[in-house]
Amino acid sequence: MSTCEIRAKIPGVFYRKPAPDQPNYKNPGDPVVEGDVLGLIEVMKSFQEVTCEATGTLGEFQVEDAEAIMAGQVLVVVEG
Amino acid sequence: MPIDVRKTGLATTVQDLGRPGYYHLGIPMGGAMDRFALRCANLLVGNDEGAACLETVFMGPELTFTEDTLIAVTGAELPPKIDGEIRETWTALAVKAGQTLSFDYLRAGARAYIAFAGGIDTPPMLGSRSTYAIGGLGGIDGRAVQAGDVLPLGTPARPVAEGRTLAERLRRLPGNPAELRVLPGLYWHRITEASGERFFAETWKVALEADRMGYRFQGGTPMEFVDREPPFGAGSDPSNITDACYPYGSIQIPSGTEPIILHRDAVSGGGYFMIGTVISADMDLIGQLQPQTPTRFVKVNMHTALAARRERASQLAAMREALG
Repeated sequence: MSTCEIRAKIPGVFYRKPAPDQPNYKNPGDPVVEGDVLGLIEVMKSFQEVTCEATGTLGEFQVEDAEAIMAGQVLVVVEG
Repeated sequence: MPIDVRKTGLATTVQDLGRPGYYHLGIPMGGAMDRFALRCANLLVGNDEGAACLETVFMGPELTFTEDTLIAVTGAELPPKIDGEIRETWTALAVKAGQTLSFDYLRAGARAYIAFAGGIDTPPMLGSRSTYAIGGLGGIDGRAVQAGDVLPLGTPARPVAEGRTLAERLRRLPGNPAELRVLPGLYWHRITEASGERFFAETWKVALEADRMGYRFQGGTPMEFVDREPPFGAGSDPSNITDACYPYGSIQIPSGTEPIILHRDAVSGGGYFMIGTVISADMDLIGQLQPQTPTRFVKVNMHTALAARRERASQLAAMREALG
């Protein structure tokens, strides 16, 4: 059992869904694989995908949907 | 001695010290937002200090090298990785043909400068290789670097040893809260005295819309304007003026709500009043502010601004001395 912290590579605002009327990309407890999209970060008028860097089960998100985040902040943990 | 671009990061551009002299025609000087960091990166690898580098914001590119060379990463604390191994910033690093340069996540600051021995040798336009993307000038075809691009390098000016580093006390990043010194400007009279005092007393926050053209701030109280009859040529909004020139570093506040500091890719004129201008000594700090950074504007007079400029010049001299 290992844990992998998924950190924000860029500062901005974190979103868990692709659009306000869409469901979340992933929820805690979901199985995830490397490369899965977990959310979006908005900065400088653009949206960057946050991708999973491990394979396992998604843990609890450490930040709220639409919360302002700094680069390097842990967004969510993956239990491998 | 080309470099292959495999991934670009968020917005990575070729920059040098810019193209002064065309602002009156609407072409800004451009160039590195953190000029000190660009000069230092170049000196570390033995280049002239105005050679062209890559400026990368928040998230670095991924590059592969076809020949051995020397690189340095300065400015933001964006740790470089050579073939996956984390290396030092502000230090000359040897890379071998076939190796890959990538970056770890951003620890502090916002913009990193990547210098290569010999400098990036894209064609100069109007005397500079700086990318002015809005005007389609400089860099590679006037745009940001893309995956698949090949960056040509010039011939190294002088051989230097790897491992050379700039001492931490000579580096510079903004504090938290960041402080930017401001000289009140020509249109100060447009707001009430209480509103002006509040502008300097409150802590603002860098907005998401912060780029090479301008840095926007939020979170303070809207300005309180002095009543007037709109002058000929000005719009009806109290923040409008008859069109005027915009200095680099000038702070405009459209509709009195969110201040915008114009930076290296500034628009040269327009119709918003400017509350003041960030002093030249603090311009480099702006490019290192991440969104959400709490920021205070500190009121100074011309005497203090000129003293700060002299102090910056002596810090630049100390850096040149250390790497000379």
